[in-house]
Amino acid sequence: MNRLLTQRLGFSLLTLVALFTVIPILAVFAYIIAKGAPAISWEFLSSFPHDGMRAGGILPAIVGTFYLTLGTAVFSVPLGVAAAIYLAEYAKENWLTRLIRIAIINLAGIPSVVYGLFGLGLFVFFLRFGTSLLSASLTLSIMTLPVIISAAEEALRAVPQAFRTVSISLGGTRWQTIRRIVLPQALPGIITGVILGLERAAGETAPILFTGAAFFLPRLPHSPLDATMALPYHLFVISTQVPEMPIQIQYGTALVLITFVLGLNLIATVIRSRARARRQW
Amino acid sequence: MDKSLDWREYVITRAIKASGYSAIVFVALIFFFLLREGLPALSEVPLAGLFSQRWYPIENYFGILPLITGSLIVTVGAMLIAIPFGIGTAVFIAEIAPRWTREILKPLVELLGGLPSVVLGFLGILVLAPFLRVFLNLPTGLTALAGSLLLGGIAVPTIVSIAEDALDAVPQSYREGAWAIGATRWQTIWRVTLPAARSGVLTAVMLGLGRAIGETMAVMMVTGNAPVLATRWNSLFMPARTMTATIAAEMGEVANASTHYHVLFFIGLVLFLISLAVNVTASAVVFRQKKRAERVLS
Repeated sequence: MNRLLTQRLGFSLLTLVALFTVIPILAVFAYIIAKGAPAISWEFLSSFPHDGMRAGGILPAIVGTFYLTLGTAVFSVPLGVAAAIYLAEYAKENWLTRLIRIAIINLAGIPSVVYGLFGLGLFVFFLRFGTSLLSASLTLSIMTLPVIISAAEEALRAVPQAFRTVSISLGGTRWQTIRRIVLPQALPGIITGVILGLERAAGETAPILFTGAAFFLPRLPHSPLDATMALPYHLFVISTQVPEMPIQIQYGTALVLITFVLGLNLIATVIRSRARARRQW
Repeated sequence: MDKSLDWREYVITRAIKASGYSAIVFVALIFFFLLREGLPALSEVPLAGLFSQRWYPIENYFGILPLITGSLIVTVGAMLIAIPFGIGTAVFIAEIAPRWTREILKPLVELLGGLPSVVLGFLGILVLAPFLRVFLNLPTGLTALAGSLLLGGIAVPTIVSIAEDALDAVPQSYREGAWAIGATRWQTIWRVTLPAARSGVLTAVMLGLGRAIGETMAVMMVTGNAPVLATRWNSLFMPARTMTATIAAEMGEVANASTHYHVLFFIGLVLFLISLAVNVTASAVVFRQKKRAERVLS
């Protein structure tokens, strides 16, 4: 029974490979939580850094990442959802639509640092927004766009055709049908996609490096034209640019960052599974 | 129907159509700005200088070869790790694991995909690099190898997710047919299921490759950032520097519209064209097997 022996060896090998893939993932999370938890306190979350960032909290970085995520949502959600509506409800299968799809896939694949260059060229210099919350949010929005479009389109397409037919037959216009029938049905799927897109934006460093991130600011940004601190960039700064940085603050910052990002992920997962359970079709 | 509604519907329809084209507009804009800021490099630095072996911008040496080989060696190392582990894990999840394991494993691997790369870079500096230094007895652990290991970890979720979808999409009747004529499950995986899913698996590898080449922060933090031309295999155990890391590390300190600035945009242009090539190749396959857009992008 040689073949069965081969199979047993092969299965063991693949099991081992899977374990080698999964264990480091768990280890990374466990390690950051274990090392970062002691640093977390109300003061750490709610005060400014001081002593050249070697002491104090990370409030401006938390607030900055919150603003950036919000700013990204403001631009990318309306545009992304509208583009998804176009693809799902209006577009015909022709060369133009194929071109749009290729463009979306390419947007998703462009290296994040190239987005940073683009943001620098277009928003910071050409449009003169400067190194600001606005430039950084716009850069992140374009990066997030393909995720939102794809997820929202999939959600819209999942709404059964019969819903549209009934609405049109009752005298609804195309937009009324979309606005009152299709969008509400697809909403949970769209929200899930939006959150997953924003999760990525919140964790990115390279696109904001030269478009809006600041090394240190003594106050919170007051307008969209101010530069801002951000959690991922702050983690980069304190782990590479600041000598003799207390290790606890570094792990604490990493923990807050992954909590923020994975918290968004969790919300998306919950919305998705709840919507699935309640779906009417 | 009253007139105002008619008019509103017209405006909204127009706006939606315009948004639909936005993806094309943005790709074109990105390409345009990279050309606009990057092409002057070609007239300011002679071609022989651009493709020379020395990158030392302070003294006007703009040879991008060491950066290209740096990206190459780190990426090749990453793919040597990510392909076997990614496809192996995908096969395990799709073909071998019992249902409940599968329900846990896939989200877990995708969770790693959502981990910010700066966090991996941070752990790379504090944990991985010191370990490599002691374990391999190197002068420093901040080497191309450290970058490859992290990049492998970053590419694995992409490969697992897409390859598993492709395997999952192979009709069950294919497997049943193979079993019926006496093949073991192992033989079925290698001779029936994997070949049937090969285009999807290939897409997975291409997109993983795309992520690895474009990754910036993690690589910048752990590769030691030495622009040395990598010529032999043991370059893997020495510091290196990738194209992405060079842009990220130097753009902040560069004078607007200087030669250095233009050369950094030129490197960005090269990266853009690489990602374009990778994604067009991958999407040629994706169009044959749809339904996966969401996974491809997340």
